[in-house]
Amino acid sequence: MTELNIKLGGFAGQGLQRAGHILSQALVRSGYHVFAIQDAMSRIRGGHNFYQLRVRSEPVAAMTNQVDLLIALDAESVSLHRHELVEGGLVIVDGDTVDLEIDDKHIVDLPMKKLAVETGGKPLFSNTVALGFIAGLLELGLDPLNALFKESFKKGDLAEKNAKAAAAGYELAAAEKGRFKKSLPPKDGPRRMFLNGNEAAALGAIAADCRFMSAYPMSPSTGIITYLAKTEDHTGLVTEQAEDEIAAVNMAFGAAMAGVRSMTATSGGGMALMSEAISLIGNAEVPVVIVDCQRPGPATGLPTRTDQSDLQFAVFTGHGEFTRAVLAPGNAEQAFYDTVKAFNLAEKYQIPVIVLSDQYLADSYYTVDPFDLSRVTRETSLLTDEEAAKLTAYKRYQFTEDGVSPRLYPGQTKHLVLTDSHSHDETGHISEDGVNHEQMVDKRLRRREAVIDEFEGPERFGNRDAGVMILGWGTNRESLIEAVEALIEDGNDVGLLYFHEMWPFPKAKVKKAIAHAPRLISVEGNATAQFTQLFTQYTGRSDIEKLLRYDGRPFLSEELTDDLKDMVTK
Amino acid sequence: MSTFNIWKPQETAWCPGCGDFGILNAVKKALEALGKAPEEVLMAAGIGQAAKLPQYIAANGLCGLHGRALPSATGAKLANTALTVLVNSGDGDCFGEGGNHFIHAVRRNVDMTLMVHNNQIYGLTKGQGSPTSDPGLVTVTQPRGVVSRSIKGPALALTLGCGFVARGFSGDVAGLAEIIQAGVTHKGFSFIEIIQPCISMNKVNTFMWYKERFKDIKEIDPGYDPADRRAAMVQAETWGDVIPGGILYQNPEGPPLEETIPTLAKGPLVKQPPRTDENLEALFETFM
Repeated sequence: MTELNIKLGGFAGQGLQRAGHILSQALVRSGYHVFAIQDAMSRIRGGHNFYQLRVRSEPVAAMTNQVDLLIALDAESVSLHRHELVEGGLVIVDGDTVDLEIDDKHIVDLPMKKLAVETGGKPLFSNTVALGFIAGLLELGLDPLNALFKESFKKGDLAEKNAKAAAAGYELAAAEKGRFKKSLPPKDGPRRMFLNGNEAAALGAIAADCRFMSAYPMSPSTGIITYLAKTEDHTGLVTEQAEDEIAAVNMAFGAAMAGVRSMTATSGGGMALMSEAISLIGNAEVPVVIVDCQRPGPATGLPTRTDQSDLQFAVFTGHGEFTRAVLAPGNAEQAFYDTVKAFNLAEKYQIPVIVLSDQYLADSYYTVDPFDLSRVTRETSLLTDEEAAKLTAYKRYQFTEDGVSPRLYPGQTKHLVLTDSHSHDETGHISEDGVNHEQMVDKRLRRREAVIDEFEGPERFGNRDAGVMILGWGTNRESLIEAVEALIEDGNDVGLLYFHEMWPFPKAKVKKAIAHAPRLISVEGNATAQFTQLFTQYTGRSDIEKLLRYDGRPFLSEELTDDLKDMVTK
Repeated sequence: MSTFNIWKPQETAWCPGCGDFGILNAVKKALEALGKAPEEVLMAAGIGQAAKLPQYIAANGLCGLHGRALPSATGAKLANTALTVLVNSGDGDCFGEGGNHFIHAVRRNVDMTLMVHNNQIYGLTKGQGSPTSDPGLVTVTQPRGVVSRSIKGPALALTLGCGFVARGFSGDVAGLAEIIQAGVTHKGFSFIEIIQPCISMNKVNTFMWYKERFKDIKEIDPGYDPADRRAAMVQAETWGDVIPGGILYQNPEGPPLEETIPTLAKGPLVKQPPRTDENLEALFETFM
């Protein structure tokens, strides 16, 4: 298996993100799998940023802390990341702009700025010179880059200037080829998509036939509304930027009540503002999907970093008692299919469904096969016009065995639809009757078991009846899978029980899976082991060892492997 | 008998003699005069005594959260532009809890009619000052009298670019019905402030207090031009011995939001056919 890791470092405003993205796309089109992460500070210009690509001939969706090629556009990128370089790796810097340590045999002095000004007219083309150099060094050729320049830069002669800058870098690579052993020549393979978690979730919403989305911009969730807005005229989905998160979720609630599939997206702080409406949605029995892209809190926290500390908030937010579902996809594929599932659960059971993403998933780029539309179903409790026409009387909150009442939208028939946030009777009118209230609470809670039945249960990797079962959830999926594979290869008896269907807790399925596991180790991106607490509550297992990280950074696969190895072999 | 009479006999939660009864009658009259069928109408509301109005009328109802009627009504209208959407709110619901939503709903200019029942007091929570209370009003939470300036709803709406601004009185059902009818007919966001007494909690701004002051703008100035924004602002800010009523301003201020959305030109969202696989596949292509 070929693997190669490339890191582009610099300060914001140097075009790192675009350069990294173009290089990734060029590699994906050349038959490779690329997983890319971005690390940015919360500002538009300045501050240290990096874009890291992990390239493999096989699927990859976890990050490493090892670097083969470090393209350093400033001195800080060298001092911060030089230690990540593997034996045989290279640091590419511009000696005209960065003071070089003369005795570092790993350094290549590439006159990026000089060539950028000569070919493109501006120092901003420096990163394009670097791209050309990498394409030469890796024997990728210039064609994939040039094609992407043409698609990405439509204005004036920008594409041409980029091509010239890349060619200048490419030429210089030949002289350095002897210093670098790895290569990534283009190879044949199926066409694959390269996209981030926000885009995957947005595509999931489109596939689920979502028609309305309202949101208030908040990092790292903003990419969802921007993608849906950008594609609005193509998809026929209507987006509206709300004045705040309260309005955003209430708009989605109104649109859903009026009969269209609706959603909103936010991060922790916005989620807190939506708390009141999540309770409303539960009580009013209206299907709404809410995406929470977690970032470290409390309060403003770290706006551009990742975290898993909203789990219990998602599970418990909103006053009163009602059924909800929480899904926490582990990668772009799951972000797509779980979002589809979120809409189906919401529509079928008339409940709020929370998709718990995080900054790591939202902003990371994954290589995936085109999503399989034959796996996309559109389930609903909304009556068809034909079914509705047969009704002689209608009660929005009619008591039924499974707790789900037939749903009509206003104006669908002559039957009137009254949706209410008060405790209400079957018609939707305010009722202060105690018996009715209890019946309504029960009706809404009754759906919980049916929602659990819709879950496939936790995914299992590694040894099924392992002596050490590792518990994980959400976006730690890929690092955990790699770590467990490495541990097994190393002779350890470990398995992984991975959760993305978080709530309602699928107690029976889980109890069965851990029946023979003497040791449990839980891995989470928060300080209080929020999932472990729920796990203990529902399984009775309190002897769970914990590996927690809450510095705003994702678990990298080697670090995770090493930490788990220490625990497993203890 | 009105087609909008309640479809399920229910005792109202309003005090006998409440101005809300007059407003309810005016809403029914207006909808009947417009020839609307109950199923074409969506009455949206937040929380409060005013916000209970959708409970007592035969129409579709969207009773959401305190202060949040406008965003949920906005969502509903965008989802189904065939619906006639009216919103009933109180002075606390609209200008207190929902102040931010009011500002942006006016800016957004979605075709709907907002009626703010203004009795200058919090009724349901028993007599606290409201954002429209006159300074000096002694209440249970402002024992030294209200200090904050009162919000003049019509003036605020005008500064935000509202294309229909009116003031009615719950004691003048016929006049109010005409205003509501005009508001519903107006294409875009219509704002109607309805002054009404709270007979239980506001002993200053009583029925007689309002009745003595409320005067139709056409009586005040027979030559009044409701398309004149500056003149409207003068009337909207007038609140004293005379409280001007009627349509203070009407002038289309650009197309309603929904008319600017190309997708909605194809008809109501809720009626549009499901999205096809081809539509999705074309998007997948852009990531390859």
